[in-house]
Amino acid sequence: MATKLKPVDVVTIGVGLTGTILAKELADTGLKVVGIERGRWRDTDPDFAMPGVHDELKYVRDKELMQDLSKETITFRNAMSDTALPMRQLGSFLPGEGVGGAAVHWGGLTWRFLPWDFETKSQTLARYGANQVSDECTMQDWGVTYKELEPHFNRFEYLYGVSGKAGNLQGKIIPGGNPFEGVRSQEYPNPPLKTAYSSAMFKQAVEKMGYKPFPVPTAANSRAYKNEYGATIQACVYCGYCQFFACEMGAKASPQTAVLPALMKSPNYELRTLCNVVKINLDSDKKRAVSVTYVDSRGREFEQPADLILLTSYVLNNTRLMLLSGIGKPYDPASNTGVVGRNYAYQTPSSVTCFFEDKNFNSFMGAGGLGVAIDEFNGDNFDHSGLGFIGGGFIQAGSNGARPIEIRPVPQGTPRWGGEWKKAVSKYFNRNFSITIQGACQSYRGNYLDLDPTYRDAYGLPLLRMTFDRRENETKMSVWLTNKAAEIAKAIGPSKMNVNPRTGKYTIVPYQSTHNTGGTVMGADPATSVVNKYLQSWDVHNLFVVGAGNFPQNGGYNPTGTVGALTYQALEAIKTKYLKKPGALV
Amino acid sequence: MSESRSRRNFLKSAAALGAAVPAGVAAQSKPAPHADHDKQHAQHMRAAAASARPYMFLSQAEVAFLDAAVSHLIPKDELGPGAKEAGVTYFIDQQLFGGYGTMAKKYTQGPWPEGTPQQGYQSPLTPAAVYRAGIRDTNEYCKKTYSKTFDALTRAQQDEVLKGLDGGKIELEQVRSQFFFNMLLNNTVEGFFADPVYGGNRDKAGWKLVGFPGVAAVYTPFIEKHNVPYKAQPVSIADITGKVAQVDEHGHPIHVMLDDNGHPLSSRAQRGTS
Repeated sequence: MATKLKPVDVVTIGVGLTGTILAKELADTGLKVVGIERGRWRDTDPDFAMPGVHDELKYVRDKELMQDLSKETITFRNAMSDTALPMRQLGSFLPGEGVGGAAVHWGGLTWRFLPWDFETKSQTLARYGANQVSDECTMQDWGVTYKELEPHFNRFEYLYGVSGKAGNLQGKIIPGGNPFEGVRSQEYPNPPLKTAYSSAMFKQAVEKMGYKPFPVPTAANSRAYKNEYGATIQACVYCGYCQFFACEMGAKASPQTAVLPALMKSPNYELRTLCNVVKINLDSDKKRAVSVTYVDSRGREFEQPADLILLTSYVLNNTRLMLLSGIGKPYDPASNTGVVGRNYAYQTPSSVTCFFEDKNFNSFMGAGGLGVAIDEFNGDNFDHSGLGFIGGGFIQAGSNGARPIEIRPVPQGTPRWGGEWKKAVSKYFNRNFSITIQGACQSYRGNYLDLDPTYRDAYGLPLLRMTFDRRENETKMSVWLTNKAAEIAKAIGPSKMNVNPRTGKYTIVPYQSTHNTGGTVMGADPATSVVNKYLQSWDVHNLFVVGAGNFPQNGGYNPTGTVGALTYQALEAIKTKYLKKPGALV
Repeated sequence: MSESRSRRNFLKSAAALGAAVPAGVAAQSKPAPHADHDKQHAQHMRAAAASARPYMFLSQAEVAFLDAAVSHLIPKDELGPGAKEAGVTYFIDQQLFGGYGTMAKKYTQGPWPEGTPQQGYQSPLTPAAVYRAGIRDTNEYCKKTYSKTFDALTRAQQDEVLKGLDGGKIELEQVRSQFFFNMLLNNTVEGFFADPVYGGNRDKAGWKLVGFPGVAAVYTPFIEKHNVPYKAQPVSIADITGKVAQVDEHGHPIHVMLDDNGHPLSSRAQRGTS
C-alpha cells in the first residue's frame, strides 16, 4: 500500500533536460516543485572526473550512463505481423538513466528545426500535392510555427551556451552561417568551435561546388560562458570523449552544468533520486491528475499528490506512462484511431567514409558537434518534384573523437579479422573521416508504440512495444542524400571510400541515434494528437508532456534544440496562462 | 517466478561461480563432457593462483582454445603483438567472470524465441554460458573432424575452423556458430583496444598499433594543426592513478611526445603549444 505524501504544487517525472528547466522556472515563481528521478544523483565532480571518465569499455560498450535494461526495456518488431521481442541490450538508441538523463551523454548538436518542418503536411500538399507521399504516411503539422517558437529556441541556446554562427539574423543573410535557417532574433551566444582538418577539407570542397557551409551549432562551449542562472559552462578542450561520455570539464552543456547548480539551491525544489514513477493517478471522472505513484530504492511505494504534473522523462517512457495510467486513447493502427503511441518515428542516418593514404586527421581529437555542415538538402530546401520522397538532412564532416573499440573503419572489402584487417586498421585509424547525414524520418500508420502483451518490467508492468520500420520514402531519400555526400567526397579526393546509405529493414542492433520521436505528439486536432500546442494533455488539463515525443515526425536534424524550444513553449503557457486560470488552454 | 526465470537465475549463479562449475553444467543441454575436466581444472587453478593474474572463469582447456583462436583474429606480425600477446584471453576471462559475462544491466526474462536478426541478442545464455558452450562444441567438432581439439590443430586447420564458424558453415549444437564467433571477435577487439586496466591491451599494444593516445590530453592547441600527426606515448588510467603520468590542473595527462622513430622527445616543452 502506497504511503500518501503531503501535496506539492508541481511534480516532474524525470529530471533531465526538460524537467530541470521547468522545475527551475516554476520553483522561481514560488511553487513547491518535486523532481522524481528513477536513476541516481550524478555530477561533474566526482562522477565524471578524470581519469576514469576516459574509459571506452565502461562508457561505450557497458553503457555506464544509460538505462539499466535489467529493470525495464522495450520490445521491438519491424511489423505488426511479427512477434515483438525484448531489446535485451542497448544498441540502436541509448536512453539515459540518472539525473540529467540522456543530456549527460548526448553529442551536443543543438539545431533549430526548419520553419518547413513544423508545417510538413500543409507545405507538402501545397507544393507537391497528395501523391508525393504514400497513403500510409501520417505526417502532420505541429500546431505551432517556427515563428512562435523562435524566442524559445533563442532562450535555450543562451541557457546552454551554444557555439555557432547565425545565417539569418532578423531576415538578413549572414555569410558563414546557415542561409536556410529560420529567421533568428540573435546571434549564437558563443562563437563556433575550432575547425578540424576534415571540416576544412569538406568546407573547401563544398564551397567550390557552390554550397554554403557553416559550423555545426553545438553545446560543447567554445569558451567559458556564464548563463542566466549564473552557471558557468567551461571551454571545450577537444578531448574526443564526448558523445556517450560525460564531460569532465563541464564544457558540454547539460542539466549538471547549466541548470542544476542553481536549481539545487532553490528552497522550493526537492529532488528524489532512485524513485521510479509507475503511474499517474486520475480523479474519478479522469479529467484531472491528482498524484503520481512511485517506488523508491528500498521498495517502498509512495503516492505524491500535486496540482500540476509534468511528464518529462524520455520519449519512450513518456508514452509508456500515459498508456499505463490510462490517459488518452491508445492508438489503433488497424482503424487509424486513437492517439497515444501514434506517429512513432526515428532518424535515417547514413554516411560516406573517406580513406586517405597520406593525410592524418588525428581522429581521436574532437568534440560533440565539431563539424562543418551544409543544409542545401534538408527539409524542403530543394525541389523534391519527381524524387518520390519528402524530407532530407544536413550533411557534415567533422571530428567527434574516434576511440578504437567503437570507431575504426576500414575500406569495404577488408576482411573482418586477421592480418589484413590488422594492417588496415593500423593504417587508417587516423587516416579517415566520415561525411555524415542526419536524414529525416516520416511517420506511418504501422509505426507506433503500445504495451507488450507478453514481457514485463521489474515491477510486473507491461513493457512498451515498438513497431517500426523505415519506408520507401526514407530509403529513397537516404540513397539520394548519400549520393550527394559521395559527390562531395569525390571532390575531396580520398583514395578509397565506403558509401553507406540506410537501406533495408530497420535493425535495433547497431547504434544509429538516440533520436526517437513521437508517441505523445502535439497538434491542433485532438483526434490526431496527444497534447495541444502548449504540450498540455487534451484529456487531463493539469498534465503537460514534454520532449521529442511531441514531434509528429522527425526532421533532418538532431532533436535537442527543438526539445529545448518546446520546453519553453510549455513553460510560457504554464506561467502566463495556466497558473492564472487552470484548465484547458485550447 | 516462472520456470524460465528460475533457470535464468540458475544460469546466472552458475556463471558467477565461474570456472568452479564444470563446463557442461553452465552450458546446460548436454551431459558433463570430460571426466578429467575437474581434475584438470583444479591443477589449472593452482597454477593460475601462483601467477599474478589468475584466471577466474576459464578452464585450462578454454584458455588454450582462446589463445589459439585470438591469435588468428588479431595475429602477431611485423606490425607488433597480436591479441594473444596483448593478454586478450585474460581480458575475456575477466569479462566473463564479471558483469559482462552475467548480463548485468541487460534484460534477461524469457520467453526466448530466436527472433529475427533485426531483433538482436535473444539467446537464453549469458555470454559466459555462450563461451562455455561454444568452446566445447567447437572442440567436439574439431575432434570429430580432425581427431584433435582446436588448440592442437595446425594453424591452417584452425583458420579453416574459424572461417567455418564465421560463415556459419560449421553447425554447433548448443549455440549458433555465428553468434558465438561474433561474440568472440567483438570481445577480442575490445580486449585489444580497451584500457589496460581490464587486463588486455598489454603494453598498450592495441593503442600503439593504431596511434591512439588513450586517456586524452587537452587538444585545444592541436586541433587546428591540420595534417600534423600527434604522436604521443599512450597513457592508461592506471598511469594516472599510479602517478606514472603527469597531469594538468584538470587531471588530463601531459602526454610525452614522440619523434618519428617513436622515441620520447627530451622535454615536455617540445610538446609545443600554439
